[in-house]
Amino acid sequence: MMTADAFWQIVAIVLIAASLSVPFGRYLAHVFMGERTFLDPLLDPVDRLLYGIIGPAQTSRPMDWKDYAVHMLLTNVLMGVLIYVILMFQGHLPLNPLHFAGVNPELAFNTAASFITNTNWQNYGGESTLSLFSQTAAITFPMFTSAATGLVVAVAFFRSLAAADGGRNLGNFYRDFVRALTRVFLLPCLILTPVLVWQGSPETFTGQAIAHLVQGGLQHIPMGPVASLEVIKHLGTNGGGFFNANSAHPFENPTIITNVLEMLLMMLTPMSLVVAFGRMVRNPRLARVIYGVMAIMLMAALFIAVSAEQGGTPVLAGAGVAIVHGGGQPGGNMVGKEVRFGNTQSAMFDTVSTAFTTGTVNSMLDSYTPVGGMVSLVLMMLNCVFGGKGVGLINFLIYGIFAVFIAGLMVGRTPEFLGKKIEKREILLASLALLVHPLIILVPAAWSLMAPYGVSALGNTSMHGLTEVIYAFTSTAANNGSAFAGLSGNTPWYNIALGVVMLIGRYVSIIFMLALGGSLAAKPAVSETVGTLRTDTLLFGTFWLATILLVGALTFLPALVLGPIAEYFAMHAHLVS
Amino acid sequence: MWNHVKSAIAMLVFFTIVTGLAYPALVAGLAQAFFPQQANGSLILRGGKPVGSRLIGQPFSNPKYFWGRLSATAPYPYNAANSSGSNLGPTNPALFAEVEGRIKALREADPGNSAPVPVDLATSSGSGLDPDISPAAAYYQAPRVARARHLSLARVRRLISGHITGRQFGVLGEPRVNVLELNLALDAVH
Amino acid sequence: MTGSTASHPNMARRVEAYRARTVGLIGRALMDSLKKFSPRVQVRNPVMFIVWTGMFITGALTVNPGLFGPSQVGRWYNGTVTVILVLTVWFANFAEALAEGRGRAQADALRQTKDDVTARKIASDGTLSIVSATNLRKGDLVRVEKGDIIPTDGEVVEGIASVDESAITGESAPVLKEPGTDMASTVTGGTKILSDWLVFKVSADPGHTFLDRMIHLVEGARRQKTPNEIALTVLLAVLSLIFLVVVATLMPMADFLHVHMDVATLIALLVALIPTTIGALLSAIGIAGIDRATRFNVLAMSGRAVEAAGDVQTLILDKTGTITIGNRQATEFISLPGHTDNDIASAGLAASWYDDTPEGRSIVALAVAKGAKHEPSWDKARGIEFSAETRMSGTDFPDGHKARKGAVTAIANYATELYATAASEALKEAALVVARRGATPLAVAIDGDIIGVVALSDVLKPGMRERFAHMRSMGIKTIMVTGDNPVTARVIAEQAGVDDFVAEAKPEDKIGVIHSEQAKGRLVAMTGDGTNDAPALAQADVGLAMHSGTTPAKEAANMIDLDSDPTKLIDVVAIGKQLLITRGALTTFSIANDVAKYFAMLPAIFMTALPGLAALNVMHLATPETAVLSALIFNALIIPALIPLALRGVRFKPVSADAMLRRNILIYGLGGLVAPFIGIKLIDLVLGLFLR
Repeated sequence: MMTADAFWQIVAIVLIAASLSVPFGRYLAHVFMGERTFLDPLLDPVDRLLYGIIGPAQTSRPMDWKDYAVHMLLTNVLMGVLIYVILMFQGHLPLNPLHFAGVNPELAFNTAASFITNTNWQNYGGESTLSLFSQTAAITFPMFTSAATGLVVAVAFFRSLAAADGGRNLGNFYRDFVRALTRVFLLPCLILTPVLVWQGSPETFTGQAIAHLVQGGLQHIPMGPVASLEVIKHLGTNGGGFFNANSAHPFENPTIITNVLEMLLMMLTPMSLVVAFGRMVRNPRLARVIYGVMAIMLMAALFIAVSAEQGGTPVLAGAGVAIVHGGGQPGGNMVGKEVRFGNTQSAMFDTVSTAFTTGTVNSMLDSYTPVGGMVSLVLMMLNCVFGGKGVGLINFLIYGIFAVFIAGLMVGRTPEFLGKKIEKREILLASLALLVHPLIILVPAAWSLMAPYGVSALGNTSMHGLTEVIYAFTSTAANNGSAFAGLSGNTPWYNIALGVVMLIGRYVSIIFMLALGGSLAAKPAVSETVGTLRTDTLLFGTFWLATILLVGALTFLPALVLGPIAEYFAMHAHLVS
Repeated sequence: MWNHVKSAIAMLVFFTIVTGLAYPALVAGLAQAFFPQQANGSLILRGGKPVGSRLIGQPFSNPKYFWGRLSATAPYPYNAANSSGSNLGPTNPALFAEVEGRIKALREADPGNSAPVPVDLATSSGSGLDPDISPAAAYYQAPRVARARHLSLARVRRLISGHITGRQFGVLGEPRVNVLELNLALDAVH
Repeated sequence: MTGSTASHPNMARRVEAYRARTVGLIGRALMDSLKKFSPRVQVRNPVMFIVWTGMFITGALTVNPGLFGPSQVGRWYNGTVTVILVLTVWFANFAEALAEGRGRAQADALRQTKDDVTARKIASDGTLSIVSATNLRKGDLVRVEKGDIIPTDGEVVEGIASVDESAITGESAPVLKEPGTDMASTVTGGTKILSDWLVFKVSADPGHTFLDRMIHLVEGARRQKTPNEIALTVLLAVLSLIFLVVVATLMPMADFLHVHMDVATLIALLVALIPTTIGALLSAIGIAGIDRATRFNVLAMSGRAVEAAGDVQTLILDKTGTITIGNRQATEFISLPGHTDNDIASAGLAASWYDDTPEGRSIVALAVAKGAKHEPSWDKARGIEFSAETRMSGTDFPDGHKARKGAVTAIANYATELYATAASEALKEAALVVARRGATPLAVAIDGDIIGVVALSDVLKPGMRERFAHMRSMGIKTIMVTGDNPVTARVIAEQAGVDDFVAEAKPEDKIGVIHSEQAKGRLVAMTGDGTNDAPALAQADVGLAMHSGTTPAKEAANMIDLDSDPTKLIDVVAIGKQLLITRGALTTFSIANDVAKYFAMLPAIFMTALPGLAALNVMHLATPETAVLSALIFNALIIPALIPLALRGVRFKPVSADAMLRRNILIYGLGGLVAPFIGIKLIDLVLGLFLR
């Protein structure tokens, strides 16, 4: 059970995020439906300048899903190459006050894959590896562009669901990309970065400060343009930290105000996109059902994780520590957590981060209680409790296609979703999109656990060690980026395996999703009657939720049983330590 | 195909410059102008020299000072150049050993104190650089500090209560005490 | 549709016959199911193929338990798993064989009617030669005589004869065949000529006759998977693949924790998790769906057609024969001023005394019911038949009185011209009143004196209103097509409760209605029998032709009703829906089962090495071995337990989609969650007795 203040903190944050998501969702719909917004007078000239730079031939033509996918891939490949090159040669590039050498090729591959895929898995410690040039040009830059990629793919998918022209015009990738950056991501960053600086986040191009400590000795305190990275890191659900400790580091997340701000920024676009989806497919009722199901899962995850962390562990209690909250005692499981956040805001932050596939952490998940850690793991396995901008909602819709298919049969009609019949091709594409996820989690995880080079990187043993490996591949497959950081990922095997998993988890899934959208767009619409299965009802929402939980649970339960569940029972039966 | 590549490259180069360089430079300029203290790491100066950052914890092991949290940074604690948690799992025997070791050290430095050890004082932080401890952890150490400094317990307790930062708006986060600021205030008592 | 069985007397008889035959079918299906162990059959069903493969691996492990390294389980365990897997596959085979068996038995019966039939072929010079039916080609002329089996399909060109079509339709009443009429000139191979003789022109080559098609269809020889079945197969295959990955990766994970896993146990886990229940029954459900249509005496040209029927959103129905019984009936007498109600009843009786048409007889019946009496002298009277010229009929009595009835204008003219009595305003008014009620007015005059008006009304078939209400609650729109004027059409549409109507329609107008509905994204079903219905039948998503109809109509349609009852369209929709619902319900059930199987098997597999997991053994199963075997046995036994449901189809009620979904989720979703907990526990209790 959790404390009353924790309960109200959860409710307050979710309510604030929800109330922000409605106007922002409308704004997103306006931006991507080409409707007028109050920023047009300011930004239209910027857009036009950019269209000119990119080339009118590319920016003025409509694209179908294949065209859209090709340009998305092309842009992302080039982005990956750019990052790779910068990282490899950072030793010869400017803004390297601490004189870091170039990054080794495997790590550069992993990092490039990580940042173009919006994963931000980090097999390196930022402050001890990257030059300031790398931190901005190879880290901050893809934080914008990978976020924009995810957003525009979702927008194209929504358009394909609403398409009336057979899907020949899903918009123009370049225009969408530009508008996403100018109208969605850049502006909040400019406004909110000063707030972070005000709260204590450094923003400087000086590499470090040297302190003469009170008890003697020196402390080298690295810093740099931290605040400018923080806003987009969260707004773009990126999650990669300037420092190794990520948002647990006091420079990245100095106060409870920044903690709340960072949480709200993570939640903003994914929640708003559900609202925008309702407008773009002209079915706000359906969007409300989706939003409701996602919100229920999110609240449940928050309650479970916070309760688990506030409960502490028998191990701590056994050592003689006060783990019960109250009487002036903070209590709970404070291992790997910061005092300014405590159990509540730590567990909330990490849960939000894994639900929204950001991957930023303000406390170390590896040291969480088995249940607290499992909540994050399960959220990434489902990858649709709001999820990353767009991708989470698309995953949710893919589960929806299954739910529609089975429920549709149960009402005696060939299943339909948004007025389109769900037939073999759609089921095949949705199935493949669904299959990719367990495949790229379980197979490499099992391989790692068999191989000496996989096992030697573990920071913990036995069930917890198993969880570390499964977490790593789940996080990269879901393009989340958070870690059970005891795993030392900077080895050739993990750099390459995790890198490949991130690439598949991102692009293969996106291509299946776009193909699915294209396939639906090409179909004639079927008219709706009372004999049509309604997807925008509480009943179907419940069925949808059950499908997500059942399919998710059925797939990953054995792995969870051997990892966190076994650890939980062992811990409480005092079978370990 | 080349036309496609050219367009993509043009767009990427533009955004590398805008988001990767111009944007950080612009906000850095603003930050240096409006919040120079925070923008440069919230350093605390004593006698013109920085003694540390208000936000970055530093090691304290002398009984005269309030101790901060355990730090798992490598290769030594409170290494600001390598922030890190311990990443020990809840059932890892090393975690038990670490907690027990810290409790032993606390008890040895303050043999008469039989109060339960606040959890934050016995565990390592997420960043390894946590600048804060809970008020409970500060009060727990008050007798030892008072004895080591020959101050009255009440004086030390007053000092602590003066350094407690409450919850934001009374609800958000946890009350805490900045260890460096408290210790500096302690040093300033004489 | 519930209750409709009784409305087809033919049906009840057929269902009885089927039940009687089922016992014999089971024996045959048991044999057939053994043949289906062939890999060529198994590979078509990805889910069962996994079980089939697993069966061989555990079989090998029974022979040599150390095949994949050291093993902790004995031969008896591997052997038991193997036996259960063999049974699982066999049950699946049996379900399919049983579903096919019904059709096959019927096909055999049909084939008997076809065997060794000879024909008298008429050569171009008029001579007759005896040839085998298989040598007849399109365009040949054939003569058949009393007692012959008609050798093949054709169009009658000469002669009149009564034909027993019961071999095809099950209807024993003979049918009259003669040339030149649209409907009655078609003969079908396999039927029997009862009287006289016929000469007909062969309309189908051997192998393409109606009987051949029918044999193929009921036998399922050409059965192809329907689109929806393919989609579901893909879904099940991918689910199976996911579980294959899950189980295959479990071994290294367990190894990492030093938990030994036996291959037989892994295979048992895999088989329990993959959707074997629906995988085993999927094929049987589809075959049984077509079979159900066949039992309703509706011949579906493909499974696809039956499925499409479930999707239908608009039904286009002819008024006459479908919504109303073919003939109108007298429902009311209205007397004109100066005459009493008795007068008009008596006049009606008099004018209709010699009228043998159904309408005439209905006037007689109504008049008698109103108390009118006939007089003995009428025996010598003379009936005047209806003629298109006079548009009247009536009776001339020996005493010189003349009674006439007919269209209001015809009688008015008749009275004016012959008797110089002007038609009154009252007559016009009475006629209008009748028309407004959707009925047709007939005026009755005695010696030029117009006594009153008889209302001839369309009579709705019983229960149609309720049926249309059901249709509406399922979201199906009904459109009535009629040649009546809009006023009458509206009234009948309202009485019947159809959603829309097209008045003054010619048969050709149907296709326009279909086009406009399809343009709105709706799936359309219609019935038809005439040649001019053929294009519309082809255009409709579901076209149901009457067996009594013409060959072009039957060829254009994708279903044929052997009873020639147009209202069957409504039943066909229900059959289609039931087919899809059965699939969805069993899929839900199958997947929901996995939760309990996990709770049975996972703790069992791991709790020896990870004792903490014993807490998850919520069913308190006796030992790890009994837990695994119980889940696997449950998984096998649920297949035969659900065969009757798969063959019969889940209960179907015409309600809204929401209500239907709620009901099915409760029964098959929640039921699927709960049932295996109980079943596995019971099996474990039994196994515990033996294995302790």
